[in-house]
Amino acid sequence: MVELSSASTRTRPARPALTALWPLAGLILPLGLALAWEAVVALGWNSGRLLPPPSVILATLTDLAARGDLAHHAQATLTRVVLGFGAGVVAGTVLGALTGYARGLARLLDPTLQALRAIPSIAWVPLFILWFGIFEAPKVALIAVGVFFPVYLGVMEAIRGVDRKIVEVGRVFRLSGVAMVRRILLPAVLPAYVTALRSGLGLGWMFVVAAEFMGASAGLGYLLIDGQQLGKPAQIVAAIIAFAVLGKLTDSLLALAAAPFLRWEDSFASSPRSSE
Amino acid sequence: MLTIQHLSKTYPGGTHALEAVDLTVGAGEIVAIVGGSGCGKSTLLRIVAGLDRPSAGRVSIDGRVVSEPDPAIGIVFQEPRLFPWLTVAQNVGFGLAHLPRAERDARVAEALARVGLSDKAHVWPRQLSGGQAQRVAIARALVARPEVLLLDEPFSALDAFTRLDLQRHLLQIWAAVSPRPTLVIVTHDVDEAILLADRVIVMQPEPGRIAQEMPVDLPRPRDRAAPAFEAQRRQIMSALDRTLPGLSVLSA
Ligand SMILES: Nc1ncnc2c1ncn2[C@@H]1O[C@H](COP(=O)(O)OP(=O)(O)O)[C@@H](O)[C@H]1O
Ligand SMILES: [Mg+2]
Repeated sequence: MVELSSASTRTRPARPALTALWPLAGLILPLGLALAWEAVVALGWNSGRLLPPPSVILATLTDLAARGDLAHHAQATLTRVVLGFGAGVVAGTVLGALTGYARGLARLLDPTLQALRAIPSIAWVPLFILWFGIFEAPKVALIAVGVFFPVYLGVMEAIRGVDRKIVEVGRVFRLSGVAMVRRILLPAVLPAYVTALRSGLGLGWMFVVAAEFMGASAGLGYLLIDGQQLGKPAQIVAAIIAFAVLGKLTDSLLALAAAPFLRWEDSFASSPRSSE
Repeated sequence: MLTIQHLSKTYPGGTHALEAVDLTVGAGEIVAIVGGSGCGKSTLLRIVAGLDRPSAGRVSIDGRVVSEPDPAIGIVFQEPRLFPWLTVAQNVGFGLAHLPRAERDARVAEALARVGLSDKAHVWPRQLSGGQAQRVAIARALVARPEVLLLDEPFSALDAFTRLDLQRHLLQIWAAVSPRPTLVIVTHDVDEAILLADRVIVMQPEPGRIAQEMPVDLPRPRDRAAPAFEAQRRQIMSALDRTLPGLSVLSA
């Protein structure tokens, strides 16, 4: 008995520490591979010319950062994404709200928009260049097109999906049109809207790369092209890492900004269901 | 007093849901409406609540005609229909946005105490059981102090034990509120009708109309096992049997 209890008191403190580390389990594979590759190159088994080892990539990143190049290119890319995202979100929200709310408008507009959606967005590039020139405008337009469709569809479907039974409760309490939108429709569509914004943002990051491949003198996409043309794989990987970090960062910011309004959604899992 | 005069409803598709329904419910009275599905019970309640328009006839409260949702009339549906993004207390206070904060909070607290859910005030609706959620829906309707509370099969989605509990609860609330609200409750459950109501209205379909009205003259609290309860049950059952279309053809 004595031994048993002492054993259990000894093992217990160790367990929470281990489980607290579980979220980090996902790091084992990438870190392991990076270390292995570092070792392979260090031991001279591979030159690392096509895929530089992590230390070289890190050195490239710090070098780019020290010269101010990283900030310069990241800022150019971020500006395009923010502008394109903003334009796409505004257009998608307005049109999605109109077609979601009014069946007549949906019959009028939705077939055209669905047809446009079927066009691979990159196909617009030559036209955009003819229309808007070769500088920022066609790039921002391409990103906006990419962001537009998930936001448009998300908003339309969210509004259509609002539970009519709950809207009826608003009628019972004699809400005005404005109050109905503010107190019932907006909160009801918010979760789907945030999801739509996040997938729109994801597409925005995808399309900024395509836009910068069109020819740009600055931007992370330019670093990619430049690295390819001058045979600098470390710079390519560094730019890829910068894309990943910025993409994740902006998505997290969006999720964080929405979190206070969506507390009712996730609090479900964390608190025990009460019983009658 | 709730007065329903010659109410008829034909839906755009041509369904004749109600035909010349006349019904008067006194202040503080409890009326139960029973009848097979499709005989227009929900249609009747929705028109009284102002959620649907009649094709003919009218509804009035104390002589005042109601044609749209009215503060004097509350309704509880079969589903709780709570707003998932509001806490229980915010749900209950939903219809009180026009009141000053302090008064609203006091009335919400009072309503929650009345349905026995004071400890759930700051919980999300998803964390409630079905019976608790329906109690919140009742509190949300009652906190606006309606003269008439309509309930459309409010307990039919609940398990038998919870249903018994809520029936008892509803009577307690009705007795505690002054002046007592008028209750019009639609139910499939004959026992529930007898347990709650001063009067049972039996409806029949095609077109939906009132087949029979029966007073329930049993002392409260009512005992389901009492012979008088059983007699009342049999009376309503046979009235319901007569509303079945097959039988009316046979007896004709
Ligand atoms: N919105 C509607 N449009 C067309 N027909 C309806 C509608 N609501 C109900 N009905 C029809 O009206 C009749 C009465 O329905 P309802 O009032 O829901 O009956 P109950 O509540 O007694 O089951 C049924 O035949 C039903 O199909
Ligand atoms: Mg019904």
